[in-house]
Amino acid sequence: MGKTTSSAAIGTGLALRGHKTVIIDFDIGLRNLDLIMGCERRVVYDFVNVIREEANLNQALIKDKRTENLFILPASQTRDKDALTYEGVEHILEELKKDFEFIVCDSPAGIETGAVMAMYFADEAIVTTNPEVSSVRDSDRILGILQSKSRAAEEGRTIKEHLLLTRYCPTRVENGEMLSVQDVEDILAVPLLGVIPESQAVLKASNTGVPVILDEESIAGQAYLDAVGRLIGDDIPHRFLSVEKKKGFFKRLVGAN
Amino acid sequence: MGFFDQFRKQNKETANVAKDRLQIIVAHARAEREQPDYLPKMQHEIMQVIRKYVDVSQDKVKVQVDKNEDCSVLELNIVLDK
Repeated sequence: MGKTTSSAAIGTGLALRGHKTVIIDFDIGLRNLDLIMGCERRVVYDFVNVIREEANLNQALIKDKRTENLFILPASQTRDKDALTYEGVEHILEELKKDFEFIVCDSPAGIETGAVMAMYFADEAIVTTNPEVSSVRDSDRILGILQSKSRAAEEGRTIKEHLLLTRYCPTRVENGEMLSVQDVEDILAVPLLGVIPESQAVLKASNTGVPVILDEESIAGQAYLDAVGRLIGDDIPHRFLSVEKKKGFFKRLVGAN
Repeated sequence: MGFFDQFRKQNKETANVAKDRLQIIVAHARAEREQPDYLPKMQHEIMQVIRKYVDVSQDKVKVQVDKNEDCSVLELNIVLDK
């Protein structure tokens, strides 16, 4: 539901704001963050190599060429389902914590090992949802896991949850064809971090391997910039929630509004 | 909005249906999540005891825990055939 696009955008956004950030791809076997970040040809070692001590962390981390303060830890293409271990992941996260202000864990879809690991160690969770029934239901299940099976839950802490609604189309909402932001908020009851409007810029960004947040002309890019601001505590009103009213012929004629 | 648009709109307003369905399924899933871990096993054992005496099917037995402010209530509902 736009998890990798969002991880890439948010990680890049945090780095743009001057915070040293690393984005980790937890989708073992189906790595894609490298493509979205445009660094697929620079992958030498990966997450699993580091866990198995075949490489050290600095060898596996890829420094982003566009954005200062930004690093990527690619996933492995291994088909071994048990490649990730709690001890291994915990050790890497502890090492990264010494050096980075933000660690963005890009979780795969579903509730298999990669997703479980990404969730288990989280302090904050950004639940990415489309305004679509199956996506909202899945998000509710993910929230259930965060609330019961995470390390935070085991230690009696609560994970700070955020809702990120992607592929939002105000025209279709107005026509009653799509769940509204309010609908999704009512159902999931999680504070809203941002709404990313459906935008051609997202496909263009993945085609070219440039995170969409760097496309500041696009509404999707702007919406991600806003979301990153909110994530670090800025008070920014939500935008792009309603249909942009085109000026009618008469109004243009008289120049009103 | 035009006359024909009205007709079209009625057919297309499916978001409300989506919301209603989601609210029910999500409430159900949450209730299940919040029930104690031992409940399925206990339910199974209660069933076995009941079956020793009466022939009832699984779907005629409902076990659920309702939480009130200061206590939880275990509700056991068994429908017996005449």
